[in-house]
Amino acid sequence: MRIAILSDIHANREAFEAVLAAVRRLAPDRLVLLGDLVGYGPDPGFCVDAARELVAAGAICIRGNHDEAAVHGPAGMTPNAHEAALWTKAQLGAEQSAFLDSLPLTAELDGVLLVHASARDPAAWHYVRDLRSAAACLAATEARMVICGHTHLPAIFYARAGREPVAFIPLRDVPAPLSAAHRHVVVVGAVGQPRDGDPAACFALLDTRAREVTMMRVPYDSQETARKIRAAGLPDWLGLRLQIGR
Amino acid sequence: MERLQTGSVIDGFTLGERLKAGGMAMLWHASHPDHPGPLVLKIPVLDPGADVSAIIGYETEVLIHKRLSGPHVPRFVAAGDLAAIPYIAMGLVAGESLAERIRQAPLPVPDVQRIGIAIAVALADLHRQNVVHLDLKPENVILAGERAVLLDFGLARHAELPDLLGEESSEPMGTSAYIAPEQVLGERSDPASDLFALGCLLYQMATGEEPFGRPKTVPGMKRRLYHAPRPLRAANPQAPTWLEEIVGRCLEVDRGRRYADATRLAFDLRHPEQVALARKRRSTPERGLGRRLVDLFQKREEAQVTGTPTVARRKAGPSMVLTAVDLSEGADALAAAILAETGRLLAARPDSSLACLTVLRTEIIGETRTVDAEGRSLYIGRLVALKDWARPLHLPEDRVSYHVIEAVSAAEAILRYAEHNDIDHIVLGARSSSTLRRHLGSVSTKVVAEAHCSVSVVRVKGGAEERDR
Repeated sequence: MRIAILSDIHANREAFEAVLAAVRRLAPDRLVLLGDLVGYGPDPGFCVDAARELVAAGAICIRGNHDEAAVHGPAGMTPNAHEAALWTKAQLGAEQSAFLDSLPLTAELDGVLLVHASARDPAAWHYVRDLRSAAACLAATEARMVICGHTHLPAIFYARAGREPVAFIPLRDVPAPLSAAHRHVVVVGAVGQPRDGDPAACFALLDTRAREVTMMRVPYDSQETARKIRAAGLPDWLGLRLQIGR
Repeated sequence: MERLQTGSVIDGFTLGERLKAGGMAMLWHASHPDHPGPLVLKIPVLDPGADVSAIIGYETEVLIHKRLSGPHVPRFVAAGDLAAIPYIAMGLVAGESLAERIRQAPLPVPDVQRIGIAIAVALADLHRQNVVHLDLKPENVILAGERAVLLDFGLARHAELPDLLGEESSEPMGTSAYIAPEQVLGERSDPASDLFALGCLLYQMATGEEPFGRPKTVPGMKRRLYHAPRPLRAANPQAPTWLEEIVGRCLEVDRGRRYADATRLAFDLRHPEQVALARKRRSTPERGLGRRLVDLFQKREEAQVTGTPTVARRKAGPSMVLTAVDLSEGADALAAAILAETGRLLAARPDSSLACLTVLRTEIIGETRTVDAEGRSLYIGRLVALKDWARPLHLPEDRVSYHVIEAVSAAEAILRYAEHNDIDHIVLGARSSSTLRRHLGSVSTKVVAEAHCSVSVVRVKGGAEERDR
């Protein structure tokens, strides 16, 4: 089975549309939206509506911390994220909010656990960004593979019992192999706000038969998104960081 | 797993004779109706409850072997599913194992040279495909005519794949006789490690001795970080100094001081007369007691001794640049422009090297002029001019070589030279276009059309140079 996984769209319409066009060309069997549809970006309404249509057509969508903040108000966020969450909350209509509020914290597909942040206490939004947090994530589940996002930094952790996991940064558009002797945590890079130094939108393509996962990169018009961020009165840094991918 | 024997069928592969058993795997001759030609099936010994490392080793070998192609590796055919029966099916490589040949060492110098070139060319091909072998030894080299084929990627590393195997062991992975110092320290990503192993093979072929013996312990293997082997010519006084120089450069502990890449090593083996012998290698004068005591207490960090990884530098620019310059009319504006372009290319990579080439055109009809009016050989005259032309680059002796080639067609000569020496980048000039040139076709046009590497064509802007004539 080939599964396209889109995480951390963050109300970035230009990135989302560019990625969806690339996904259509790849024609995967399933589509997963891994949380944080909104927050930071200038087009929350568009992104929520697009996600609703995709879900109606069979996509899986799970909840991220920014989706929660856009419904229930921000808690414990950085100042920029906090400000953007309040702005986002005011933009969303009742149906859009209800959709976000209905999203599950986790889902399972073909033996793979899908979660926005970490399998370890999903509602606590722990980051999986080092060997310890990857090991903790796997310890919390029976699944052979966990796919998450939240860090905006693509990574794959290969783990086997009694050893420290091995971290690997997958290369742009190069399939990374999955191992039959390991369990995996695949951290998918962000569609709408990459932070690994590459400003191109990122999504993952998992091929369970070939046992490979590829971090696909799609360049998009980030200047247009930055312009909209400024026009909406959101913090300038949120537009600037899209240009540099940090 | 049921007992395998001749005639057993696995996934459509019929087993033939069993070859000699390796340590971790069985090797069988095999055939398959869909895959023409004689095949070999390598079946890893993975008993139930076998060490998981062995499974990871098998997985790694499959992942790497299936990404490799070309004449210097066995053709990958198929791999078995771990859950059913693991195997790797590959094309049979006919030839003689270097393990057989090396038993007759010391080998004649021309044989050492030829085999060394073949292995260096094979390594260059492997490294170009992003793979470091990390277990180069006689058993893993098949000599098939003038070509070397490398076997066994069980310890290899692919630059674009996670190194799952490397995390399996804290002990150094490799063969103690040939393992590079940085590999002893656990580093598994540097192509320079294979050059060290090839240096060990050259040494062994030339002397019949393994330069570092076969230490069984890690401290024994670490000796090579601090102690140079016996000089090659002490082990075999018949060996030429240039070979000692080449082997010495392969066996540098600091990998930054080894050859820039395998192609450069092959180049030196092909052109021993161009090997700079003046270099003082490991200038370690006898240390006094005081110095030895200081060294004892200020032992440098092991990782410092082996130097910085060479991978980044390999991407900085071409390693072997060939510049062809026409000096038949003396050094002109075009020759100066070619020199400037060459300088820019070489600056990208401090360990790159330059081959300067000029073609002495011989006429098809009539006697070849070999002596000019003043009685000096044209050839020598041109060589002097070539060295004079390159002098402003101020390249040390071991970074530059000079070649005056007599040929009917300059383009053919340049192309042949570039291909034979596996050049990465050619620089040459183009005269401004003229009707005559358009009809005859220019040297640069032919080189650009037929070269297997990048070509920079240099022109004097505005054609001023042509107007001057």
